[in-house]
Amino acid sequence: MAPSDLSLADTSLAVPPRRPRNPVLLFIGRLFREKPLGAVCAVIFVLFLLCGIFADLLAPYGYNQISPLNRLKPPSMKWPFGTDNLGRDMLSRCLYGAQLSVIIGFCAAGIATFISVVLGIVSGYLGGKFDLIVQRFVDAWMSFPDLIILIVVVSVVGPGMIQIICTLGLLLGIAGSRIIRGAVVSVRENMYVHAAQSTGASTFRVLWRHILPNVMAPVIVLFTTRVGTVILAESGLSFLGLGVPPPAPTWGGLLSGSGRTYMLQGPWLALAPGLCLTVVVYATNMFGDALRDLLDPRMRGSR
Amino acid sequence: MQAYIIRRLLALIPTLFFASVIVFVTVRMIPGDVIDLMLSQNDIAAAKMGREQLEKALGFDTPMWIQYGKWVGGILLHGDFGRSLWQNTPVGEQLLARLPITFELGLMALFFGLLIAIPIGVYSAVRQDSGSDYAARSFSILMLAVPSFWIGTMVMVFPSIWWGWSPPMRFVSFTADPLGNLSQMITPAIILGFGLSALTMRLTRTMMLEVLRQDFIRTAWAKGLGEELVVMRHALRNALIPVVTLIGLQAPLLIGGAVIMEQIFVIPGMGLLLLDAVSQRDYPIITGVFLIVGVAVMAINLVVDLSYGLLDPKVRYR
Repeated sequence: MAPSDLSLADTSLAVPPRRPRNPVLLFIGRLFREKPLGAVCAVIFVLFLLCGIFADLLAPYGYNQISPLNRLKPPSMKWPFGTDNLGRDMLSRCLYGAQLSVIIGFCAAGIATFISVVLGIVSGYLGGKFDLIVQRFVDAWMSFPDLIILIVVVSVVGPGMIQIICTLGLLLGIAGSRIIRGAVVSVRENMYVHAAQSTGASTFRVLWRHILPNVMAPVIVLFTTRVGTVILAESGLSFLGLGVPPPAPTWGGLLSGSGRTYMLQGPWLALAPGLCLTVVVYATNMFGDALRDLLDPRMRGSR
Repeated sequence: MQAYIIRRLLALIPTLFFASVIVFVTVRMIPGDVIDLMLSQNDIAAAKMGREQLEKALGFDTPMWIQYGKWVGGILLHGDFGRSLWQNTPVGEQLLARLPITFELGLMALFFGLLIAIPIGVYSAVRQDSGSDYAARSFSILMLAVPSFWIGTMVMVFPSIWWGWSPPMRFVSFTADPLGNLSQMITPAIILGFGLSALTMRLTRTMMLEVLRQDFIRTAWAKGLGEELVVMRHALRNALIPVVTLIGLQAPLLIGGAVIMEQIFVIPGMGLLLLDAVSQRDYPIITGVFLIVGVAVMAINLVVDLSYGLLDPKVRYR
């Protein structure tokens, strides 16, 4: 046997070193391969996130930097989105608006998801009378339109960023608990849950170690789609003048208030904020849909 | 059927109870506020009475659960929603005056929503995976993301710049001038309808695809019936039943959207009443609108559930 043969046989037999593959990278690969539109939307979503985080660096002007000489300038190289009635740069205002949307969107969606998870898991796992009462409460809660609850609550607690984050978090948290509860009810009957129960695991341990990890897929999807819902709800509220008070440049606020009276002279004022909103909410929804299809095919078609 | 209706109504009681508690507690969280506002606004009557008397007059001096009992009792026994804190008129009357306007807007929006959604949904299912199917689906997903108040704003701005046309803003009631009323309502109704059509279109398409694959449709084709007859008479009727449920589920969305449209197009419905009351902190009005809206959504869902039997003879109420 020639040495060369031996070495050849050696390499073919040798087990190739298995590099531990990062599950996140693997998932991103799957996203791009199976859901190209979802991947594009994920990129837009990440860009939006970065715009929000680095708004201070990206914005060419301050969001409230007034320059009376340059009032109501149409879009140009110097002001890509034009300027408003006080000469403030619309691009900078939209970027800072993205920052507000990121903060409100992620905080409120985080709170909402947390409430949904706690309420949904406890109600779905315990069942019985507790579940019945909680579900009637959720029924009652869900029969009020989101916007009406928001308007009423804001009228009581006053407008402001923290109030809006908490209200939206509570509002969407209670409504979303239905989705988590549904997932928990189906997970609850699995053999491994019964096994854990029969070995004497405490309720908390079963919930934390066995139920929660198995409903993580709907939880992630819920969080992503909630970001879009929150941004849309907040902008509606700001549009009505009940959101974050001016001069904070929320996207909804930019479409109302003083901007509104000058839109006939500067129609670009009506375009940029609405376009930002639409693109971001669309991307978030599509990204959420793609996540759902990949992570949790059972949830397909439900929202 | 009767037993079913009774059972459904009984099941509504706990939900209604929770709803009224939510309404009451949310609105009364800071009862001192309105008094501060009245005193600071130099309301003559308020200044004469002073804080304690004012609290007593508004009923804020008793414990919360007694206030709740009085409030619910008043509504159930006399239909009394209390009086407006500012105009001192009965809230019930104001609600009654505003409700039909919002109802009309909602009904028109629903009509336009279905008018847009069902034909496109059906077409998109019949021509599955064609270019127009993709276009219709992308459009419907896009409609979910476009905020209605942005479309409303653009409708106010661009037509008036390009053609000097702007939607009529002076409200006339339907009984006084039906045409004038409809011409004002039609723009917000179409905008709201577009928003509603997105989900309806998707569901119509999905249900049509499911029904079109069933045996009785194959039989219909085999009998040699034309496409129109198969699609419209055999498939659509069966596909529409779940779509009706969606209408019930979208009722909150419709009412929420109506608030924004009423604000943009200055339509004096429930939404505008609520917004005005919020800016004045007129709690009895806020509570009244809040409660009526919740009850309306429950009623719509009940009607939708009951209408199942009319649409689908297979459904038996037990």
